[in-house]
Amino acid sequence: MSGPVSGPHAHGAISLRQTMLLVMLALLPATLFGLSIYGWPAFNLLTVTIVASLLAEAVCLVIAGKPVGIYLKDGSAILTGWLLAMTLPPWAPWWIGVCGALIAIVLGKQVFGGIGQNLFNPAMVARVALLIAFPLEMTTFVAPKPLFTESAPDFVQSLAITFGGGMHIDAVSSATTLGFVKTELGRHNPLDGALSQVFDLLNGFTGFMPGSMGETSAMLVLLGGLFLLYRRIISWHIPVAMIASITLLAGVFHTLSPEHFTGPLVHLLSGATLLGAFFIATDLVTSPVTARGQIIFGAGCGVLVYVIRSWANYPEGVAFAVMLMNALTPLIDHYVRPRVYGRDRKGQPLVYKGESWERDSEASR
Amino acid sequence: MKPLRKLFKIRGGVHPDDHKGRTAQSSIEDMPMPALLHIPLQQHIGSPASPMVKRGDRVLKGQLLAHSQGMISAPVHAPTSGRIVGVGNYPAHHPSGLSVHTITLQPDGADRWIEGEAPPTDPFALEPEEIATRVAAAGIVGMGGATFPSAVKLNLRSRYCLETLVINGAECEPYLTCDDRLMREESAAVIDGIRIMAYALGVKRVIIGIENNKPEAQAAMQAAAEAFPEIEIARLPARYPMGSEKHLVQTVTGVETPARGLTADIGVVVHNVATAYAVHDALRFGRPLISRVVTISGGAIRLPKNLRVLIGTPIEELITHCGGYSETPERLISGGPMMGQPLPGTRVPIIKGSNGVLALTVRETKAEEAMPCIRCASCVKACPCGLVPLEMANYIRSGDLEGAVAYGLMDCISCGSCAFVCPSNIRLVQFFNYAKGELTARQRAEHTQNETRRLAEARTIRLERQKQAKREAMARRKQAQEAAKQAKQAAEARAQQAARTGS
Ligand code: SF4
Ligand code: SF4
Repeated sequence: MSGPVSGPHAHGAISLRQTMLLVMLALLPATLFGLSIYGWPAFNLLTVTIVASLLAEAVCLVIAGKPVGIYLKDGSAILTGWLLAMTLPPWAPWWIGVCGALIAIVLGKQVFGGIGQNLFNPAMVARVALLIAFPLEMTTFVAPKPLFTESAPDFVQSLAITFGGGMHIDAVSSATTLGFVKTELGRHNPLDGALSQVFDLLNGFTGFMPGSMGETSAMLVLLGGLFLLYRRIISWHIPVAMIASITLLAGVFHTLSPEHFTGPLVHLLSGATLLGAFFIATDLVTSPVTARGQIIFGAGCGVLVYVIRSWANYPEGVAFAVMLMNALTPLIDHYVRPRVYGRDRKGQPLVYKGESWERDSEASR
Repeated sequence: MKPLRKLFKIRGGVHPDDHKGRTAQSSIEDMPMPALLHIPLQQHIGSPASPMVKRGDRVLKGQLLAHSQGMISAPVHAPTSGRIVGVGNYPAHHPSGLSVHTITLQPDGADRWIEGEAPPTDPFALEPEEIATRVAAAGIVGMGGATFPSAVKLNLRSRYCLETLVINGAECEPYLTCDDRLMREESAAVIDGIRIMAYALGVKRVIIGIENNKPEAQAAMQAAAEAFPEIEIARLPARYPMGSEKHLVQTVTGVETPARGLTADIGVVVHNVATAYAVHDALRFGRPLISRVVTISGGAIRLPKNLRVLIGTPIEELITHCGGYSETPERLISGGPMMGQPLPGTRVPIIKGSNGVLALTVRETKAEEAMPCIRCASCVKACPCGLVPLEMANYIRSGDLEGAVAYGLMDCISCGSCAFVCPSNIRLVQFFNYAKGELTARQRAEHTQNETRRLAEARTIRLERQKQAKREAMARRKQAQEAAKQAKQAAEARAQQAARTGS
């Protein structure tokens, strides 16, 4: 491409790097909270995952012959690793983090051609792959053991948990709310009593629940999401459509059959619903670019999350749902476009019926 | 006080820092007479003017230097009295920096006006067509930068039933304050020019759109228009590209101009405030367009100013007059930073369409290396035309210009909102301008090819026809000879017979 420099000769927006930094900032409160309640092992896992992501990215960039410095600085690899770590069981062994990072960066992103080219959300590719390959490690959760409390492992113990032979699973494992619901329903136990044993709405909102770091504090994730909305990094369409569709479906089924289906609040506050709605489904690269497309996408994610949670074999469905919708993104973007100025939805120039300002061509002759 | 006009929303747009504070409070200052004026023959859209003077001629201020030729063209006048020192080529006010036909005038310092035809005391006593004729003769073109000959637009009356004249006082480009100052300092003259244009167009309603970042201009124009019930002031939200013709019309009337059409298709004509001022000057005083107000600004200019500048003044003189550079500018721009074009150097002259000269520092341009597109959709949200810039750029990048056209490339107004917000600093407009240029070139090539083929075919047919005609002529002649011979023989035979019988 040649020719003189075209305008604009000014630039207003934040840069790619700032965009990524703001997303990280938004993730920070929930992450710090997660670290505080799961202690050093969670910190180890987060660090390992991010470092592995950065290394994987660097190696791929070298192989692809791209300038490593510039691309590493954009922050996208850190963010991918970070998001992935947020969806892993906090006490998972180090190699879960490393495998996840490799899958996310290499298979999820770089084989597509690097940043901006990937079809699927890299963190979700990794999570799904890990879930299939290592079902045990990926579904073993611990009950919160807040830092500096008696039950919490100290740093040395944490190294043993993350890098040693793993934890003593039976001793500490605890079910997530959604996992518990699934199991109980599998045993044909009615929900009412069962649920009250593990789920407390207030805890779900503030975050003292077993789960991955990103699943625990709905409140802080929501806070980060609102911050992203406020800074216009994301728009409201995907989160609102996704949350609305989950709420609607959960509400309808819960009303019809309360013994078999949990209510909307449980769905919203447990699992990765909010993390998914604000941080994962809204991933810029893999979601549609138009407002209407984003509403379709968000609603689709919500429906799939609900369907997977309620009827499929997995207790949590955000990763699968988002990936399925990612696959539809090109299609959505192809068919759903904004209306072009001066044209109707079909792309034809506007016609004003019965009104014409052009003088009769006969008369002007 | 008249009620405020209800406004309609348009989609997209951006809010660049307006940087207008640098010059908004500086009144218009007359630029001192430069040593030489370089007056290009083409300062407008259409055919270039054709020169009527030669080297060595003495000319008076306002004298016609070159007359318009063709339907869409504009004449050029002498900005001051002096001697023609050259009719030749000079670097153009254009990013290419190519040389164009230019008349060079050396001012004699007397600045003596030509005795022209006396202007009418009342333009409203003239026929509307006569107003358009005088506007054409004064060489007035769209002064907001579009440079389309204004008289052609004033004549739209013959083809459309026009209802509304919209005056563009939005001045949505950052830095520029020349229209703002004109509206504040010359509000009565601008309103007068507007009324003359409204009369020429035969419209009953005039709406003057001014952005809210110019409250003084709004107030001044409101006061000047108080006596004229047909004129309304619309207070526009400050948002780029509010000054885009079709978007401005939609904001104040609520009607969207059909794609590929003119605003006249919905009964509206748009003129710029500086054009209105020039019309006032031409009709009231018989003065042609020989000067204009230009904003000289940007972080690298020591003393930013609004200057009244003679057409043809070299830009370097303006910069010197503004105290020179405080640092080396990263880019020198003609027009605003959003849609302005880079200037090839400071020797080029000010032309009728130049509203600003900006010397921008690197801190202002924020020019950075482009990164890959992250599909963030910022460009989609910012586009005032409902396009998907990232997809168009993808098609162009892969060489599929038709694909980009199918995505709406030809509806793109090159406003730059998309590139302005792109976090990856992708030079989207550069892609679009390149593709548009390439398509035009292809079309032209195809046209030439078709034309050549058509001519060749016509020639073959003509030759064939000539041959045929020749053959036929020959055949006819032969026939005629044959017939004559036969007739002769017959006559002879008859004569013989007659002789025989007679004998
Ligand atoms: S330059 Fe074209 S594509 Fe970009 S915002 Fe303006 S109209 Fe839309
Ligand atoms: S603004 Fe830039 S990075 Fe974002 S989608 Fe458009 S082209 Fe891509």
